[in-house]
Amino acid sequence: MYTNQFSYHRVNTVQEAISLLQKNPDARLLAGGHSLIPAMKLRLSDPSALVDISRVAELKGIRQRGNTLVIGAMTTHSEIEDSALLKQLCPLLPEVAHIIGDPAVRNRGTLGGSLAHADPAADYPASMLALGASMKIVGSNGDRVVDADNFFTGMFATAIGSGEILTEIHVPVKTAGVGMAYETMMHPASRYAIVGVAAMVRMSGGVCQEARVGMTGAGHHAMRLSGLEAAVTGKPLDAATLSAACKSLVRPADLLGDHFASADYRAHLVDVYAQRALAAAAGKA
Amino acid sequence: MAEVTKMIGKAIKRREDPRLIQGRGNYVDDIKLPGMTYAAVVRSPYAHAKIKGIDVSRALAHPGVLAVYVGEDMLDINPLPAAWQAGGVKNVAVTPRALAVGKVTHVGDGVALVIAEDRYTARDAVDLVEVEYEPLPAVVDARKATEPGAPLVHEAAANNICMEWECGDAARTSAAIASAEVVVKEEIINQRLIPTPMETRGSLARYDVATGEFTVWMTSQAPHVMRLLLTAFVFGIPETRLRCIAPNVGGGFGQKIFCYADMAFTMWASRKLGRPVKYIEDRSENYKTSTHGRDHVTEVELAGTRDGKVTGLRVKTWANLGGYFSTIAAGIPTTLYGRILTGVYKIPAAHCKVWGTYTNTALVDAYRGAGRPEASYLIERMMDRFAAEIGMDPAEVRRRNYIQPQDFPYDNGLGLLTYDSGNYEPALNKALQMVDYQNFRHEQAEARKQGRYLGLGLSSYVEICGVAPSAWIGAAGQGWGAGLFESANVRVHLTGKVVVTTGSLPHGQGVETTFAQILADELGVPYEDVTIEWGDTLAAPFGYGTYGSRSLAVGGMAMHRSAQKIKEKAKIIAAHMLEAAPEDMVFENGRAFVKGSPDKAKTLAEIALQASLAYSLPQGTEPFLDETTYYDPPNCTFPFGTHIAIVEVDPATGKVDLKRYVGVDDVGNIINPLIVEGQLHGGIAQGVAQALYEHGFYDDEGQLLSGTMLEYAIPTAAMLPWYELEHTVTPSPVNPMGVKGAGEAGTIGSAQAVMNAVIDALSHLGVKHMQMPATPERVWRTIQSSKQAAD
Ligand SMILES: Cc1cc2nc3c(=O)[nH]c(=O)nc-3n(C[C@H](O)[C@H](O)[C@H](O)COP(=O)(O)OP(=O)(O)OC[C@H]3O[C@@H](n4cnc5c(N)ncnc54)[C@H](O)[C@@H]3O)c2cc1C
Repeated sequence: MYTNQFSYHRVNTVQEAISLLQKNPDARLLAGGHSLIPAMKLRLSDPSALVDISRVAELKGIRQRGNTLVIGAMTTHSEIEDSALLKQLCPLLPEVAHIIGDPAVRNRGTLGGSLAHADPAADYPASMLALGASMKIVGSNGDRVVDADNFFTGMFATAIGSGEILTEIHVPVKTAGVGMAYETMMHPASRYAIVGVAAMVRMSGGVCQEARVGMTGAGHHAMRLSGLEAAVTGKPLDAATLSAACKSLVRPADLLGDHFASADYRAHLVDVYAQRALAAAAGKA
Repeated sequence: MAEVTKMIGKAIKRREDPRLIQGRGNYVDDIKLPGMTYAAVVRSPYAHAKIKGIDVSRALAHPGVLAVYVGEDMLDINPLPAAWQAGGVKNVAVTPRALAVGKVTHVGDGVALVIAEDRYTARDAVDLVEVEYEPLPAVVDARKATEPGAPLVHEAAANNICMEWECGDAARTSAAIASAEVVVKEEIINQRLIPTPMETRGSLARYDVATGEFTVWMTSQAPHVMRLLLTAFVFGIPETRLRCIAPNVGGGFGQKIFCYADMAFTMWASRKLGRPVKYIEDRSENYKTSTHGRDHVTEVELAGTRDGKVTGLRVKTWANLGGYFSTIAAGIPTTLYGRILTGVYKIPAAHCKVWGTYTNTALVDAYRGAGRPEASYLIERMMDRFAAEIGMDPAEVRRRNYIQPQDFPYDNGLGLLTYDSGNYEPALNKALQMVDYQNFRHEQAEARKQGRYLGLGLSSYVEICGVAPSAWIGAAGQGWGAGLFESANVRVHLTGKVVVTTGSLPHGQGVETTFAQILADELGVPYEDVTIEWGDTLAAPFGYGTYGSRSLAVGGMAMHRSAQKIKEKAKIIAAHMLEAAPEDMVFENGRAFVKGSPDKAKTLAEIALQASLAYSLPQGTEPFLDETTYYDPPNCTFPFGTHIAIVEVDPATGKVDLKRYVGVDDVGNIINPLIVEGQLHGGIAQGVAQALYEHGFYDDEGQLLSGTMLEYAIPTAAMLPWYELEHTVTPSPVNPMGVKGAGEAGTIGSAQAVMNAVIDALSHLGVKHMQMPATPERVWRTIQSSKQAAD
């Protein structure tokens, strides 16, 4: 478990980081290091330089801007877990952060790092889709904002281009009648999601007005369960509706499988956890 | 004079912990020697392949690389020894060499050694060594390996069979099965586990050119044995040319008992280069190349009567030994497994046949419990299977078959020593009471009506501790090529401080504390005044080391006896000081006095001073209080108990929730309840993890798919319930302290409690058996197929 040789640069601003990335296409950003360093130790990843953004002040903090919550990319899982603002205005994120890894992982790992890494089994991506979050990406040609729906493009692949940095995550403030929940089966070793489903529902008069459901773990990347969203909108989210709606939501052929959990089994779990997440979200609305 | 407080029986915290948990321990990798070099190993990516050629030129040219060696370079030393072969039968023991020669037999097999100025350079240069392999078909399953046409791991071992061994009475067992009212049959797999000590293994060897002597710091549970094996067998040099030191050892679970290639190649390279050589495996190497445990495929039949009497047990086991024969590999599935298969039950006819087979996997050897968890899992699973078949309560079936208190010493007919003592029913009753058994059955029935699956699993176990009398284990029938006594030296220095030097050494057991408690009470000195020294072949005269739950029942007894000898001598010297007759003296609470006159006493410190200054000693008495004992136990000890697990299975996902864990253990007399509790906690965690989480998993090509901690699930606190533990105490008649041992009990009692609970939870669906680990998918599939069967 020894990395290859690399050079190390610590930067204080986003601009500095961008210019270093520009100069060295082989360089990688270092956030909490909890995905990158393990990969380097296994020599699965071997960047020639690391650009450490952990001291970049502008990438930190959680604040409210109108109806939007702005979360700096370098915000750690434990800062999210403990944030009073989020607990009140977007309780799903503290709930998700709470179950990631262990305290050591949560104290170092960051939201930006997790999203940029886009591990197919990471927990946050499902909630980003369910919340309708968007990501601010900055590069030498300026910045842009990408919807969660267009952010996760493949296994370990995102809309972040080379030389670009994810700087902020934008999440809408919870409105009246909204409930949100995340339900997951964790892998007993890694504690990553085998299947994780995040659901956000807006209820009125016992009827679902809007539903957004994101799924992670089972497939090559996190994705929306749009068919399910349509199927439950306009209906009460009772047990009968949910069990009828949560059937064969995904095809095993589109999923990952290994000796711990086959694709067939993961497909089944998507049905189970989608149902549980919707029920839990409805219960909190 | 104030009484010294009694230490035996006190739940004091471990004296070693502040040092270890603050990171102030001294592990092999903490040791740095002047001129030290680092070794890294080029390892096979193939499970089975011929080595066609190795090009080391690029690696050698890499700056900082001192040397690159291949297997052929080290042909002047012998392969590692096979120290425990299966008793009484032929063993085709093909042991590993320091590096593979000609072919590799498992992923991770070492093919070349790089020595460099630092560990990063060494590791980088590993990637520069070019090895040309010719891949061969692989076999990973112990039983499939014996089938016609299976790839052959070693030319010498036809059908990949290393040994074929049996115990018990084949004819009687066949007759019992043929005439039985009921026979239950099952195929039971005890899956491969990876021990995963917190500290990985490693060696640091220094060759002293001036004296021709080696010193090796090693992660070892048995440094004296390593000295013997490495000198007499591997290097062919006098034993006195090697000093082995095991400093702090960060967990072992058996994995650190054995003789490994790195011990040999660091010594060899150090002699060649004239510089110290350190090798520390990384976690991936530990998973691929240090020993694994268990891995049995078993066909079992249990016969009995309709009223719940077990009449016969027939077992056929294929035990996976891996790519080569590890140090004591063949002893585990034979003596430590076959001979205790009938567990806590009086079974009139039993027979066990074992094939030890080679496969293209990591070597398999003793892992916590070593043979006994496999045995107790098998019999306890079958007792439940039998109970279900005849429709009797599993607790009642156990009760009807227990060996009774009056049956001890008990001979189980399988070639084991007699069980020393036991009283099994009280432990069962207490455990049933703790879970409120009758009420649970009611709750279970109610829950089923609501579609909730609750289950309760019982496990009554017995194990073999305090291994072992040399006259038994060392005899030809057991195949162990040595004795198993232990030594201890006790000295009382002239300041009155007590120093104990022992061949038993800790790697998590807390024996520094336990041993000091014993000595404090025996000699009547403050606990703080007792120092325990261990782990160095220059210190204790000899030692067989720590495994087989033998530290207390064997090592502890050696020092207990030395303490008796110290007291005897102290009385003689005190008599001289008091001008009394030695035969009138008594020694109590650290003081020697004439019987009836405790006021005029000499303390041990005063006596020690007199003994050390030595100007006035009785005629014929040597100076100093210094006594050595080689203690060979008259028998093993046989702790026992009943464990109960309660689980709830999620019908929708198959996920098992372990809700309660109750254990009633009888480990004989207890020296430190806190340490016993700690040993049980750790042991139970490992058994629970075997039932639910852990699986050393190879695919058909021999690739280890559970090769990192991302996939291999070791148990963490968050995965375990609060243990509810109680004891019964049945002292062992084997030793003067009545102790049995507790290091392995938790592991031996637990896996089957959990599996029996999982299967009980699904019994109403017709589920009779399921293999470990009960992962969510496996449980879910079992539910699905039994539902389909019912439709
Ligand atoms: C033991 C352990 C258990 C874990 N368990 C879980 C779990 O249960 N659930 C879960 O979801 N995760 C889990 N993780 C992963 C953890 O959440 C990581 O912290 C996270 O995935 C990566 O965040 P990081 O800040 O550590 O990123 P780093 O490892 O530093 O970086 C990851 C990647 O993202 C890039 N990157 C980082 N920041 C940016 C940025 N701002 N812009 C562009 N690119 C960037 C890096 O260049 C790198 O390629 C676990 C990790 C460990 C070690």
